[in-house]
Amino acid sequence: MSTATAILSNTQIERSPSHTVTIYLKETKYEFLKSLRLRVYTASVLSFPLMFYVLFGLVLNGKQAISGMGVPTYMIATYGTFGVMGASLFGTASGLASDRGLGWLQVKRASPMPPFAYFAAKVLVSMGFSAIVVALLMVLGISFGNVRMPLAETAKLVGTLVAGSIPFSVMGLAIGYFVGPNSAPAAINLIYLPMSFCSGLWVPYMFLPKVVQQIALALPPYHLSQLALGTVGAGFHQSTTGHWEVLFAFTLICLGVARIGFQRDQGKLYG
Amino acid sequence: MIATLEETASRQRANFGAVVASLEGVSKNYGEVRALRNVNFTVHAGQVVALLGPNGAGKTTAVKLLLGLLQPNSGKTRVFGGDPTNPQNRMRTGAMLQVGRVPETLRVGEHIDLFSSYYTNPLPLAEVLAAAGLEKLRDRKFGDLSGGQRQRTLFALAICGNPDLLFLDEPTVGLDVEARRALWEEIRRLVDQGKTVLLTTHYLEEADALADRIAVINQGEIISEGTPAEIKAQTSGKRIRCITALSLATLLQIPGVTDARQDRDAIEIHAREAEPVVRALLARDASLSGLEITSAGLEEAFLALTQDNGENGNRKN
Repeated sequence: MSTATAILSNTQIERSPSHTVTIYLKETKYEFLKSLRLRVYTASVLSFPLMFYVLFGLVLNGKQAISGMGVPTYMIATYGTFGVMGASLFGTASGLASDRGLGWLQVKRASPMPPFAYFAAKVLVSMGFSAIVVALLMVLGISFGNVRMPLAETAKLVGTLVAGSIPFSVMGLAIGYFVGPNSAPAAINLIYLPMSFCSGLWVPYMFLPKVVQQIALALPPYHLSQLALGTVGAGFHQSTTGHWEVLFAFTLICLGVARIGFQRDQGKLYG
Repeated sequence: MIATLEETASRQRANFGAVVASLEGVSKNYGEVRALRNVNFTVHAGQVVALLGPNGAGKTTAVKLLLGLLQPNSGKTRVFGGDPTNPQNRMRTGAMLQVGRVPETLRVGEHIDLFSSYYTNPLPLAEVLAAAGLEKLRDRKFGDLSGGQRQRTLFALAICGNPDLLFLDEPTVGLDVEARRALWEEIRRLVDQGKTVLLTTHYLEEADALADRIAVINQGEIISEGTPAEIKAQTSGKRIRCITALSLATLLQIPGVTDARQDRDAIEIHAREAEPVVRALLARDASLSGLEITSAGLEEAFLALTQDNGENGNRKN
């Protein structure tokens, strides 16, 4: 180290592992508070899946059955996937696009924040909101749709959907690196809504046109919804492992894309 | 004159500590735009250095290079003798940058709490709030703050880690006179504690009030460097405004006049010194009226500086 360091170095500059854990927890806590207080986010992320579920799962088709099970139960899995996807994409992509585009991420990068903490917080908070959406769907289903399932099965369904938030959060990070702060919501909707329809999240898979059924096989939300349906005994097609493998591969691809964006950012100017 | 300047500068440097941050022959381009051209610049421990220049001069680029947020196209950037992106160096620096949007739903105290947690040796929250004049705003959401309060919050985030080296990019933009003076006081207090500060500004007055050394930057080049007194000596032009029957050509022939132009019904004259020019004006035009004399603004100062450099053949283009 140079003389300058010797003269000025009166601060301890190595961080302890417990200090690093504290940073991750604080980053996550404030990311959560930030999102929770952002009415546009909470309202849109929670209200759409819940509204659709009430309308299509309870009011219109509440007494019907698909694949030998009540529609209210079936649709917790599909609208659950829809809700998880929305919470994850909006939670990561629009926040990242705005932080990047409007200079806030530079302030963070100039600080000694561990860079990974920023991303980890976004993913964890998306999982948190995913859990909230799924829990609210369960409450609605149990209260008004006569949904009854053993505790173990409930835990498995919720766990699967919340874990399914990870691929979409990472996808959100990849999108957030390549869209501007103003175009982010539109860009997300452009991906989110068609993908949801084609994956059978609104109209059950078996009622989709043949062509769309073929497309669905290539879409991550289809695989997550099949995993979720599998936990309540309504999945079909591939094995559970097959669906997880697709989601895993998809996550890796998105991570790669996000990484390219991250590296590109290191030498770029904003504003 | 140049030699004297350099002598003074080296004497000045001898009084301060080692180099803590430097740009060595740094050029930075954004596509076709050349933001910095072969800039050499050092910041010594315990100094306040001001980068003074108009908008788009390259001040922010210089700061971002020293923060490791940008990489130079050529040349070297060093902070504490090493790479600016080194996490250990970041632990010892604080930065206030110009930001378009800060998360608005977090409270002032929460923002500070989070940034403090990044550092190993942060200041207590109460101390940071007091230093930035935010005691009463701790529980206010960022989105509910006024422009000046937002600037002060960003300042708080820069100092909360108790850093040795502070980068302040246009720290007083949007502050009223009172808040500006309060921030100056705070910067002086930090320097008294042994901190080093690099600030950018387009106010000559601000650089004069705070800096030990000023580097004037224009179009990506440092065109002059020295103590505030030295810089002011080079830029102490006057602006004379009056209504006169004399023609522009006649005015330009008066010794000491550097520029003259028609401004509505009046004439605006730029001169090194006001008195001899005014004497000449009054002698030649008895009907002269509406006489006003003001110090030249920064714009004229830059003109004067660039012209000086041109005359001495030092300006690189």
